[in-house]
Amino acid sequence: MSGKPHAELPLEPERYELRAAAPYRFDLGRRDFFKFLGAGLVVVSVLKPALAAQESGGGRQRRGDSLPNDIGAWLHIGENGKITVYTGKVEIGQDIRTSLSQAVSEELHVSMDNIEMVMGDTRLTPFDMGTFGSRTTPTMNLQLRKVASAARDILVGLAASQWKTNPRQLIAVDGKVKDTAGNRSIEYASLLNGQQLTQALSAEDPLIPAADWKVAGRSVQKIDGVDFVTGRHRYPSDQKLPDMLYGKVVRPSAFEATLLSVDTQKAEQMGVTVVHDGNFIGVAAPTSQLAIAAAKAVHAEWKAEPQTSNRELFDYLRKNTVEGQDVTGDGDRYEAGSVDAAMKSADHRLQQTYTVQYIAHVPLEPRAAVAKWDDDQLTVWTGTQRPFGVRGQLAEAFHIPEDQVRVLMPDMGSGYGGKHTGETAIEAARLARSAKRPVKVVWTREEEFTWAYFRPAGVIDVMSGARSDGTMTAWEFHNYNSGSAGIRTYYEIPNQRIIFHAVKSPLRQGSYRALAATANHFARESHMDELAQAVKQDPLEFRLKNLKDERLRAVFEAAARQFGWGRSKSAGQGFGMGGGYEKLGNVATFAEVHVDRTSGEVKVLRVVSAFECGAIVNPDGVRNQVEGSNVQGLGGALFEAIQFENGKILNGRLSQYRVPRFSDLPAIETVLVDRKDIPSVGAGECPMIGLAPAIANAIFDATGTRLRALPLAPDGLKSR
Amino acid sequence: MATIRLAINQKSYAVDVDPQTALLTVLREYLDLTGSKYGCGEGQCGACTVLIDGKAQRSCVTRVGSVGQKQVTTIEGLAHGAQLHAVQQAFLDAGALQCGYCTSGMIMSAVALLKQNPSPSESQIVDFMDGNICRCGTYPRIVNAIQKAAKAGSGSAPAKGAGR
Repeated sequence: MSGKPHAELPLEPERYELRAAAPYRFDLGRRDFFKFLGAGLVVVSVLKPALAAQESGGGRQRRGDSLPNDIGAWLHIGENGKITVYTGKVEIGQDIRTSLSQAVSEELHVSMDNIEMVMGDTRLTPFDMGTFGSRTTPTMNLQLRKVASAARDILVGLAASQWKTNPRQLIAVDGKVKDTAGNRSIEYASLLNGQQLTQALSAEDPLIPAADWKVAGRSVQKIDGVDFVTGRHRYPSDQKLPDMLYGKVVRPSAFEATLLSVDTQKAEQMGVTVVHDGNFIGVAAPTSQLAIAAAKAVHAEWKAEPQTSNRELFDYLRKNTVEGQDVTGDGDRYEAGSVDAAMKSADHRLQQTYTVQYIAHVPLEPRAAVAKWDDDQLTVWTGTQRPFGVRGQLAEAFHIPEDQVRVLMPDMGSGYGGKHTGETAIEAARLARSAKRPVKVVWTREEEFTWAYFRPAGVIDVMSGARSDGTMTAWEFHNYNSGSAGIRTYYEIPNQRIIFHAVKSPLRQGSYRALAATANHFARESHMDELAQAVKQDPLEFRLKNLKDERLRAVFEAAARQFGWGRSKSAGQGFGMGGGYEKLGNVATFAEVHVDRTSGEVKVLRVVSAFECGAIVNPDGVRNQVEGSNVQGLGGALFEAIQFENGKILNGRLSQYRVPRFSDLPAIETVLVDRKDIPSVGAGECPMIGLAPAIANAIFDATGTRLRALPLAPDGLKSR
Repeated sequence: MATIRLAINQKSYAVDVDPQTALLTVLREYLDLTGSKYGCGEGQCGACTVLIDGKAQRSCVTRVGSVGQKQVTTIEGLAHGAQLHAVQQAFLDAGALQCGYCTSGMIMSAVALLKQNPSPSESQIVDFMDGNICRCGTYPRIVNAIQKAAKAGSGSAPAKGAGR
């Protein structure tokens, strides 16, 4: 870990998910798979070992299991010319169904209309660890481009041998191979007539350079957008099967509660299926109203122990570390130089603590699943970012081999890292097994708030030292619980100590868009402003003085230009910035706030983000992600916080938990820095990290009040 | 249990259901009109928005027994065949969706807004739409889409030219 994080953080898996057991088998061997596909051309992407280890959940948690499969994706061109792409990635609103189609269209020279993407079906698609960590664009996009490019070459080769001509004079264009020397052309489909060809990917196959992209690199509308604006698209919660029942689970009185007694007699008299299996109590009924009524009729007594609440949360986090048991998988601890000595000799020293509350993902579609048993074969349609992970959970829950479980993931109503687990899948499957009919379980909003998991809360201590000329000399950073994503500093500081302290979390916690990078950037970038003030330098000038990384400097400079940094301000107005590096992307965000001194109301008026994610595949898609990150980020920055006490969530409804609405909307401007010379990376997470510190710094600029806790102003600034 | 008669998207339906049941439940579960979504069950998110006699209503807190013979329009009833409503087309053109789960509710609210105010200002759009949540944060695009639809002279007329 030096001052060059770009060079050293190649491919970053999602840390919190590494604890979950990863399945490694395919449902169908390659041979079977080709049979299933029928005639035509199949091109298979075989991963390099390092990538296979990561994308297939190998790497450090493999622990002697069989090697992960090495296949990343398939592409099939049928005799009818229809192109079908098989990938284990899933569509959750980030629009990869579109951007991956663009990639295939680009390399194969076919219209996007001719491409069907089969995604996240554990029976039909290659194993994939999950859709998270901004992995799709840097890995799957590349694999599909290579597969498509190889397919194109094979088709050209077929034409060459059919025409007995030199393949060099042939080109692929618009679903056909054309002879540049003659006047002939032939459709892909005709070349494949009656043939069954398979080819593993040639890794050396050259790709079209980003600068020459024709389809990729252009803004493209959501490929199946019409289905969404007409209500035709069937989300997981819209799935329906013949004879399907509706399930409802009886919930414990609090987290970690144990079941003392249960009386299901009344419910059983209502003509529903009642299941009591260990701590699980649930019902399945022909209508959802009857299921709700029957669940209410179950009389269960639970015993819960006293538990931590918000009041003592940060004290608790400091005192309950589990050092050496880094649940995030990194064991992050980094030292360089001599921090203690450098701190002593610094002209300016600063020590501050920053805190972050638990927040909820609130995907607008709550968890949902439909489960169906055919003898001992289980099929589940469910909304999840990890269909293969859920398959593993189901196999484990029901003590059956994974090849008896099929999980399908219809494009779902968002996740933001919040749907990595298969709770509803397991619940629906358990009920379906007893009911001997398909069962659907859709969580209520309250269930989603309570029984899902949260973005981790955290305490972050920062100590820093600088020379009087503004050169940073010492940096010590301790994160308790919130996580190690984005924990390292990209500023050039010779003496560093950075430690992530794992904690036994009082609430169930897990992944969230950008993970702890938001908390760590909030602390770091707030502290940078505080230190800039201590050395009496302009915050931008101070950052650039201590920043060598060119890509980061570029986004700070681009955002500053667009924002008009250095303008004079009026009373109540404040400007601030925050930025950094995460998931291989770079972002700088500048915010303008207005604080009403009388009412205490804080209003974010304008947000400018400059974002760079290598060569841009779908510019409008990237803009959409940057804007969305900033809008969603407003909530965590200003007002979102889970209130909890004694194992209960106190604000688990949308009337009690505030999320950003139209009226919270600032003017948002996005500057895209397109680097065609750098491989494309994801855009769903990184853009979020700059906003919270930018707002905190702007509030300080407006008021002189330094806020060090997220959310910054849940009730405005009046109470302060 | 009672037989409830409903007029939805210019079709008549008869459903045997408790009149206290939420209209949303009836649409989704009994009539398989799943375009209207459940998001919160308390009228806070707008994902379930439908038009009842042209006005935007949250179907998750509307009892089916209270609807009577009023005309219900859901997202499924907005396009004319393949021809999208101007607001639907504008959402596509403005790229005003990510996961799309809020989209049908957003579109129904926007249609109701444009019906009562064919050329709303930005702040009128924000005020009217504030009860609809987009968790993906596409609000700026939705505002843009509504402005586009207004310019195209949305009203209740379908968009010019065929939808895709």
